[in-house]
Amino acid sequence: MALGFEAHLGNTVITTKLDAIINWGRENSLWPFIFGTACCAIEFMSAAASQHDISRFGAEVVRFSPRQADLLLVCGTISYKQAPILKRIYEQMPLPKWVVAMGACASSGGMYDNYCTVQGIDTIIPVDVYISGCPPRPEAILDALMKIQKQIEGETILQDRHKDFKGILD
Amino acid sequence: MNTTALEKMKAAFPDATCSTVLDAVVVDVQATALESTLSRLKNDPSFNCGLLLDVTGIDYLEYPDPPKARFSVVYTLRNWQDNLLVQVRCAVADPQDGVTTASHLWGSANWGEREVYDQYGINFKGHPDLRRILNHWQFSGHPLRKDYPIDKGQICYETDSLEKEIKARLFENGIDESTMRDINTEIMFLNIGPSHPATHGAIRILTALDGETILANVNEIGYLHRGFEKTAESYTYNQVVPLTDRLNYCSSVINNIAYVKAVEAWLGVKITERAQFMRVVLTEFYRVLDHLVCIAANLVDMGGLTNYWYLFNEKEAAYDFISRLTGSRLTTSFTRIGGMYRDFYEGWEVDLKAQLLSIEKGIGDALKLVETNRIIHDRTQGVCILPAETALSYGFTGPNLRASGVPFDLRKDAPYYNYEAFDFEVPVGSTGDIYDRFMIRFAEMTQSIRIIRQAMQHIPEGPINVGDSQVCLPPKQQVYSKIEGLANHFKLIFEGVKAPRGEWYDSFEAANGELGFHFVSDGSGRPYKVKVRPPCFYVMGGFHKMVEGYMIADAVINLGCINIIGGELDR
Repeated sequence: MALGFEAHLGNTVITTKLDAIINWGRENSLWPFIFGTACCAIEFMSAAASQHDISRFGAEVVRFSPRQADLLLVCGTISYKQAPILKRIYEQMPLPKWVVAMGACASSGGMYDNYCTVQGIDTIIPVDVYISGCPPRPEAILDALMKIQKQIEGETILQDRHKDFKGILD
Repeated sequence: MNTTALEKMKAAFPDATCSTVLDAVVVDVQATALESTLSRLKNDPSFNCGLLLDVTGIDYLEYPDPPKARFSVVYTLRNWQDNLLVQVRCAVADPQDGVTTASHLWGSANWGEREVYDQYGINFKGHPDLRRILNHWQFSGHPLRKDYPIDKGQICYETDSLEKEIKARLFENGIDESTMRDINTEIMFLNIGPSHPATHGAIRILTALDGETILANVNEIGYLHRGFEKTAESYTYNQVVPLTDRLNYCSSVINNIAYVKAVEAWLGVKITERAQFMRVVLTEFYRVLDHLVCIAANLVDMGGLTNYWYLFNEKEAAYDFISRLTGSRLTTSFTRIGGMYRDFYEGWEVDLKAQLLSIEKGIGDALKLVETNRIIHDRTQGVCILPAETALSYGFTGPNLRASGVPFDLRKDAPYYNYEAFDFEVPVGSTGDIYDRFMIRFAEMTQSIRIIRQAMQHIPEGPINVGDSQVCLPPKQQVYSKIEGLANHFKLIFEGVKAPRGEWYDSFEAANGELGFHFVSDGSGRPYKVKVRPPCFYVMGGFHKMVEGYMIADAVINLGCINIIGGELDR
């Protein structure tokens, strides 16, 4: 279900223009929540530091509270022990929200094809953009950010995303 | 030295079988004599093994001609004053029945034995808190047993409550029911992590608070347990190198070097002079980088963001040098058994020199903001004090141990790679508070830069790999033009470097402390078992000893200053 003001609009004519302006606002003020568990989190630190400077994308307000974030950046390996926590944090984030799986581990389990590592976070929560690399360079994070921005551009506030997602913990 | 130690051991333990393996004396004891042997090794002044470095189990199920008992446990001890390394090995007839615990002798045995219980299912009689540590509480079975399939994951639906543990800890600290009911000390339970900016990774801290004072603290780890040890069992020795990068991703090359050094020690391979110098340069360089990140992040915990930029920007700049050298920024995999992946590139001295200068500038700038800063002093001096005995008991090594006043550094006490020839000092703290742990890292960076400069001056020319075709890949030209070269290449890639049958332990002074590897080899090209002795696992095991009685805000900066790296902690 759409939230707030747009929920009352229904399928009316005004929404395409409203989409444009709201999407423009959303894409240029992403507030990332860094779910940093491992090596990828160090590369995120680099992306936030002076040289790569993530604030150029309006995404420098790094929040560790799911209530204040709309972009979940999963930086690092997710183990089965960690999985319920990741899911809870995703659920606590308000709509609309986007997820980036950063690096080989978050995307697919990476080199850890074993008893403790979740083989990709898309078995737990829906993912919008995957970044390859182990770990990826900071530029790749910025690239993923631009991909999310591109994606937001084409979205509509009338439609909920990932309504029918079912993961292993559901 | 070890022949006299061996004689001494033989005389002291006539019922046990004593032998020397590399630098260590290995004592094989019966399960009934394990506790008395360990206790004597610790308390007898002629042995004085104050440090219990590690506890591990071994499953001999698939071992060629296995011993009678399927399991055994190994305790690795060190007398740091006399550089005496002892391993006590004990066969476990029945894992259910297990062996007697050593947790009353050393604090570090508490977590070490819990890990063996978790991974191998070996019971420790008398252990105060024997439960899983790396795997989640809903896990069944023991993953490091040879009959546990590597890919059999088990889903965890809910996290552990830790209620029983924190109550037990409160009870141990003398806080009884009546105090807990008293209106003036209404105890509040506060959970931090595992996903919280103050935890520097995935660590869970549960505290019982009276106001803001911590009455009791328990920690839960294992959120980044990635099965390093199980995975390594299915790789060849050289294939494990990329896994070691991800142990401590702030100082990956140190892990690479420590790992291959441990394998080379057993193979009896003596690497070339140039490779030794390269390893010294890179180890010290990464020690600086590791400390830079630790201090930078720690200062953010204290609210000092400017310092973060001063220090982290230098680390960021260092990546340029590292990428030019290794091809990657973080996970370098730069070593090979018998040498290095490749030589330094042309002009590396100029780059490194410039790098060192700017790091020194960064350190200087940060120090100017820190050294006489009243806020930093008030928040760190006399806070979270850890006495030397407690630090030793909990198996602390590296900067954290030295902060408590114990001048133990493997580079001085058991030197390798010509460290005895370098002119450097080991900084030692006086009180063991946060300030000491913090400033020691600043001092160590200066010393490391000193070592790098000396090594750069004296680095010899020559090959970087040993010429042994059983250990190192032949040059590509031979692979493409000669059948021997091709065959050697294939054999090494497919089968790996063959290590003779046996068990050994070797250690290295990493940025965080003693990084050890305990190997079991069945004679093939893949390790039968690898156990990492991560320095920060045991530091985390003693965390409650540092923070109980202090404030919750102190616990946050204390966690930063002991430099917990998830990959190494949970493997």
